[in-house]
Amino acid sequence: MTSLTLVRRIKARPQIVFDAVTTAEGIAHWWGPDAGPVLVAEVDPRVGGRYRVRFRLLDTTEHESSGEFLKFVRPKRVVMSWRWAGGVEDPGESRVEITLKAISEGTELTFTHSQLHSEETTRSHEGGWTGALDKLEAHLAALTAV
Amino acid sequence: MALVDPTRRAILAQLERTDGVSISELAKPFAIRLPAVMKHLGVLADAGLVTRSKSGRTVTVRLRPRPMREAMEWLRRYERFWSTRLDRLAVYAESKEDEARRKDR
Repeated sequence: MTSLTLVRRIKARPQIVFDAVTTAEGIAHWWGPDAGPVLVAEVDPRVGGRYRVRFRLLDTTEHESSGEFLKFVRPKRVVMSWRWAGGVEDPGESRVEITLKAISEGTELTFTHSQLHSEETTRSHEGGWTGALDKLEAHLAALTAV
Repeated sequence: MALVDPTRRAILAQLERTDGVSISELAKPFAIRLPAVMKHLGVLADAGLVTRSKSGRTVTVRLRPRPMREAMEWLRRYERFWSTRLDRLAVYAESKEDEARRKDR
């Protein structure tokens, strides 16, 4: 199991970024990874509440992810469990954490997807290779923080 | 199955620290006989995790980088996937910020 961290600086106040992350209207605008449409966005914005998002990619395949809000602190932090429907991309449950910090230009957003597991990462974990993956994560974080 | 055995995991961990060692060097820290180490290496080689190459009387053992590379590729796919989304999130939030500022005026 491993994790991925990305950092973004956004020219918008934390309240606005938080709502973009946690409301159905906001999610519909960015959740799809390409220009394909978000088909379903259901959000129950509270600790213990569930979300479900279904989107179609330009290659016409449909994907759905869902989970539960584990922490919900507007406008600072949201933690949710994450699971792909069908379990194709990643067979297990992972965790998404988004932390917002007010900065002079707006918001610094730190995104972490952790407890990721694939056959390969499980194997590399068991093989004692997590050190190298940690280095890669640090590298990615440094690249995206610019 | 190759990774269930703790001795095999320890062998891999040792190879990660010092890659490309002879079997006798590799066997030193383990309280087992050379044939037992050879057997473990056979299992790891069958699983595609290590390679053995013979030069004269010395057999050198190396980690195979491919499974490691696959793991990194997989993580990079996730990185691209989220990176694109966060870019779109930023664009959307910034447009909402502009909207809010226009209303304040």
